[in-house]
Amino acid sequence: MNYLWNDSLSGFWSAWVIVITLGSIGFAFWLLYANRRTDKTPDAEGNVETTGHAADGIEEYDNPLPRWWFQLYVATVVFALGYLLLYPGLGNFAGVLGWTQEGQWEEEVAEAEERFTPIFAQYEEIPIPDLAEDEEAMRVAERIYLNNCAVCHGSNARGGYGFPNLTDDNWLYGGEPEALLTTLHQGRNGLMPSWQQLGANNIENLTQHVLALSDLEHEEERADQGAAVYASVCAACHMPDGTGNQALGAPNLTNDIWLYQAPGQSVADSIRQTLRNGRNGHMPAQASYIGEERVHLVAAYVYSLRLEE
Amino acid sequence: MKHEIVEKNVGLLAVLILVVISFGGLAEVVPLFFQKQTTEPVEGLEPLSALELEGRGIYRREGCVGCHSQMVRPFRAETERYGHYSVAGESVYEHNFLWGSKRTGPDLARVGGRYSDDWHRAHMYNPRDVVPESIMPAYPWLFENTLDGQDTPAKMRALRTVGVPYTDEQIDGATEAVRGEQEITALIAYLQQLGTVLEGTR
Repeated sequence: MNYLWNDSLSGFWSAWVIVITLGSIGFAFWLLYANRRTDKTPDAEGNVETTGHAADGIEEYDNPLPRWWFQLYVATVVFALGYLLLYPGLGNFAGVLGWTQEGQWEEEVAEAEERFTPIFAQYEEIPIPDLAEDEEAMRVAERIYLNNCAVCHGSNARGGYGFPNLTDDNWLYGGEPEALLTTLHQGRNGLMPSWQQLGANNIENLTQHVLALSDLEHEEERADQGAAVYASVCAACHMPDGTGNQALGAPNLTNDIWLYQAPGQSVADSIRQTLRNGRNGHMPAQASYIGEERVHLVAAYVYSLRLEE
Repeated sequence: MKHEIVEKNVGLLAVLILVVISFGGLAEVVPLFFQKQTTEPVEGLEPLSALELEGRGIYRREGCVGCHSQMVRPFRAETERYGHYSVAGESVYEHNFLWGSKRTGPDLARVGGRYSDDWHRAHMYNPRDVVPESIMPAYPWLFENTLDGQDTPAKMRALRTVGVPYTDEQIDGATEAVRGEQEITALIAYLQQLGTVLEGTR
């Protein structure tokens, strides 16, 4: 992507920059010398020349600057010229060192890659279940997790309202190494449509039916009425027995885990809300952010979370 | 004594000071007005849609720029965390720039697509709900306020006069496109497109 940086100035603008820069330095230097005072010899009567400013009989001397002070000014000019010789500053003149912002960045990246690539390559050889038991690897992986994943899934990986818990055994899309890698590589897009059109009565019946699936307190009669609607509308994704379908990311409805139960909300209310408005769970693909080599490591970290339980 | 003339005329002194300091700008700033690197959009850059533009307005109104920069510098530590460093061509349609100069929160130059819309909603409603250690203020009123879109076409026309290529069609449909939308929706639409034009963020 060199064009992003290396757009050189036209001859005119290059000359413009050079003339103004060197001209300013030259002017400053001339000003310094032209106004320099060296003579502080008293005249015959012992008087020293003053600036002519006087207040209450006190006059201001017009002495030269201390030599070291004057030399500091000269040093700044020398520094400026040295800098402009070494680094880019004078129009299209790239500087003797050939330094560029982009070049420095590329060097930093290359240096880091040389150092870290072998480590990641070594980890990539190890199958995820084994890697998950490698303490050192998991310390590295935890950093990557905390920097990239914890924002949604929490620093303890227990998720939150709308963000899946990664430490339990309940998986929307599967918790096996392959499924974890797919999730990280491609992201996930869970779509539960709104079922508003079924009408309030059916939604209430379905709510009671879903409560019944998880053996929660429910109205028997409504739950029975909901069964038929469930079979025709919900079973396609959530399966006839309500255990869900990981190929679609359709959650298991029988295990009393409610991803969209807002703090302080009852389970029944969260189910009603889901049925009325639908849900859209979106996990962005991570590979393009954290890089291929780290996906493997993060997958192993997520895999390792269940081992702690 | 010439020195005295300058010292005793404040107006003249002010003018001369302005002349002197303008030389820095003449050498460092003016040539950029004529460089493709700063005046040509990167490939694929489109003007913000009406909704995104309103979102940008909310971003400015709420002072997000005070804590969040939109400028990934070319250091590994930054590109590692945020993605490809920012380039001038990405900001060609920006008036004014929201590059910022302070990071109390993270840089947002490439936040687009990084988190889900739902996450942004939860986060803006109360940041502590998703990031317990966050010190970001909550913005619950964005969920109550809705846009009427009355000024949107005027904003787009103003931007067009300074070179943002909005079409008549876009301007005519702007009010329709945003009317009734929650402010939070507009803000998230704006955030989700940030930095997404440049490919290969890694």
